Amino acid sequence: MNYQLEVSNVTKSYGDLKANDNVSLNIKDSSIHALLGENGAGKSTLVKIIYGSLMPDSGEMKWGGNSYSPKNPFEARENGIAMVFQHFSLFESLTVEENIILGLDGVGLNQNFTDEILKYSKQYGLDVNPQQVVGDLSVGARQRVEIIRCLLQNPKLLIMDEPTSVLTPQEVSDLFVTLKKLANDGCSILYISHKLEEVREICSEATILRGGQLVQSCVPQDHSQKELAEMMIGKKLTELARSKINIGSEIFSINNLSEKSDDLYGVDLENINLTIRQGSIVGIAGVAGNGQDELMELLIGEKSSSDGVLKFNDRDIGSLGSHERRQLSMFFIPEERLGHGAVPDMSLDENMLLSRPESSGMTSNGVIDWISVASYSEKVINEYNVQTPSSKMLAKSLSGGNLQKFMVGRELIRNPELLIVSQPTWGVDAGSANNIHQSLISLADAGSAILIISQDLDEILSLCEQIHVLSEGRLSDSVDMKNNGLEKISQLMVGGES
Amino acid sequence: MIKLIPRVENSKVMILLSPLLAMTLTALTALIIFIFILDDIKVSSVFFTLFVLPLTDSYLFPELLVKAAPLMIIGLGLSIGFRAGIWNIGAEGQYVIGGIAGGAVGLYFYNVEGFWLLPLMAIASILGGMFYASIAAFLRIRYQVNEILVTLMLTYVAVLFLSAMLQGPLRNPAGFNFPESRIFHDSAMLPIIWEGTRLHIGFIVAIILSFVAWFGIKKHMFGMQIKITGSAPRAAKFAGFNDNKTVLYSLLISGGLAGLAGFFEASGPAGQLTPGLPQFYGFTAIIVAFLARLHPIGILFSALLIALSYVGGEEVQIEYNLPSSITQIFQGMLLFYFLACDILIKYKVVLNKTKN
Repeated sequence: MNYQLEVSNVTKSYGDLKANDNVSLNIKDSSIHALLGENGAGKSTLVKIIYGSLMPDSGEMKWGGNSYSPKNPFEARENGIAMVFQHFSLFESLTVEENIILGLDGVGLNQNFTDEILKYSKQYGLDVNPQQVVGDLSVGARQRVEIIRCLLQNPKLLIMDEPTSVLTPQEVSDLFVTLKKLANDGCSILYISHKLEEVREICSEATILRGGQLVQSCVPQDHSQKELAEMMIGKKLTELARSKINIGSEIFSINNLSEKSDDLYGVDLENINLTIRQGSIVGIAGVAGNGQDELMELLIGEKSSSDGVLKFNDRDIGSLGSHERRQLSMFFIPEERLGHGAVPDMSLDENMLLSRPESSGMTSNGVIDWISVASYSEKVINEYNVQTPSSKMLAKSLSGGNLQKFMVGRELIRNPELLIVSQPTWGVDAGSANNIHQSLISLADAGSAILIISQDLDEILSLCEQIHVLSEGRLSDSVDMKNNGLEKISQLMVGGES
Repeated sequence: MIKLIPRVENSKVMILLSPLLAMTLTALTALIIFIFILDDIKVSSVFFTLFVLPLTDSYLFPELLVKAAPLMIIGLGLSIGFRAGIWNIGAEGQYVIGGIAGGAVGLYFYNVEGFWLLPLMAIASILGGMFYASIAAFLRIRYQVNEILVTLMLTYVAVLFLSAMLQGPLRNPAGFNFPESRIFHDSAMLPIIWEGTRLHIGFIVAIILSFVAWFGIKKHMFGMQIKITGSAPRAAKFAGFNDNKTVLYSLLISGGLAGLAGFFEASGPAGQLTPGLPQFYGFTAIIVAFLARLHPIGILFSALLIALSYVGGEEVQIEYNLPSSITQIFQGMLLFYFLACDILIKYKVVLNKTKN
């Protein structure tokens, strides 16, 4: 068996924290190898070591059978290792070709790469126009630019960090075709992800990390998705299922909502209609930047809307602020945790006060009862399994998953009649995501209505009975999932008609 | 190599220790400066006059409290706006307008006796300061004009307005055309709380106000509102706070309190309106607020500290002929060291042994 890259017993510590503890990883020639793990499992550290941006404390690596210890990414690229980062590094005001040239070592802007770009574009199905300005491209197209930029370096190993987290289903399957072709042509791929279905689809081996340590290397097809997930988080997952779906009467509606964005680069919302019933979980799918933020702002009440547009229990609420809406038992969880749903530099207790129905007794006539506030935050911490030494900790000191559980719990202890949540598990580890999904399901089972706005299609598909797609500020009708539902969603996400 | 590592939690010890460290460093730097510009014998006595005498001398100590009172009152108001990220830099102007408004009421009722006159003057001064700050609030809310520039520039307008008033309607008719008002009659003068000194009731008011502010900030949603608005504006919207109201209220509070301080100065130590009413208290109170980390009780202490530098600075001017800028040098150094030492609250210093 020939290995392109062999990593043996690598250890890297930051102070007391062992980010990588005796980790080994072997990537075969021409294979797609998955690196699986939750946030903080040590995936990034390992990849940075391979890519030369970090030096390991101990352990060794071999590249094509020879000893390999890159001192910087430049050296790694010279050896034939290329990487597509999760956050792209492209200049929006420059063309595709200019961006590609700027990313190459030792090449000047006066050289012409159009032909070569088109060659790779054709060979691997990476559809790009070299003269187009990057600012006008979709996320998927930007990723193709990044891949072509890597291919121009003739890599033997391409590292891809969470490549599908921002793509539509169609873009994902196109990407997979490209990756398979690349592997066939002799370029190994290290595929970092926590999406297990994908890994099972395209990867021939998987290395699973947890808490900086190697759990095991395996063939992903030999294990079920659930088994892989449990290896990743190290404990059993609860199956998600609605115990009883009991749809009641209409509780909330959006009627002909059109709203011009205040922001030059914002999205205008056009004629949005939506009805939500008690006990149902409604999902709005769609790629980020298609009006989600603008819609959420209006739903929360951070911006008021015209008469008759938003109705809650037959009451016009368009002009009510978020605090008044909460008094009616509407609660919200925004996407952005730090700075929107929580104040980073304030304690959890203080953060409790962002969402404060008068009936809770946390305040009376504006005077704060800190004892009551602390008892509520203790309740959230206990019931929603928030890992923190105390409720006096600053919000920013919590991990993403724990802060999200706190924010979800803060709203759920009020038993909302309607909960509106954006990206409930964005950047959250699988264990916490599972907890959060379970809490949402219990809430709906008890008869509350939930609206979920999410880019994560798997999340929407597994939780929602009623699914809409938001694209370019327009909301589709509810998609009938029985008839090629997924395909329809996919078309709607890229702006097509169903 | 020395490295700064972020702490998980803010250090409680350093919150208390860093002001002391800053004061020590200021004193040390002062010592070095004195060693360079003075001969050996004088250094220790200048030091004594500057830092100790104002606390022990029976004339200077009450003077220190007289100076601290307006700094406390203005500093309290500013600290509220600063928490919300509203930068009222022109408290000096609101102080002057407050002084004029309060003084004008006193002069209107010249020689009318009555216990009601002082409260009336106080209310007039607060309204005057509020009105003046509301100009900046209006421009900021309606036209997004930066309140820093508006408040600062209006300070100069206020000072010129004072001199216009003193050469016009408020001029003492029997004052030989000097640009000064009549000396206030007894009912328009603040009661003295320490016999034989100039220490007036404004000092007590300042202490009461700081406890009121403490309650408002720690125990009332208004305090949370300004804190959240200052720290995370989007979270403030999420919580349902109206940011325009936050701007308006914090400017009204800081303007009103600055106005009150202006009245206390006019009806206290000055006893009349003169062109010397503006004493830079409005600007110095910015330092006071930050030295106290915007904490209302802390402002009591930082105002005393800054007042010490005023009184001590004047005293070394008189006794040793040192330049008056010595006061400003101290205030500047104090703020500088203080801000620098504050980094120790959020970061810890480690000597790095391991290679990276």
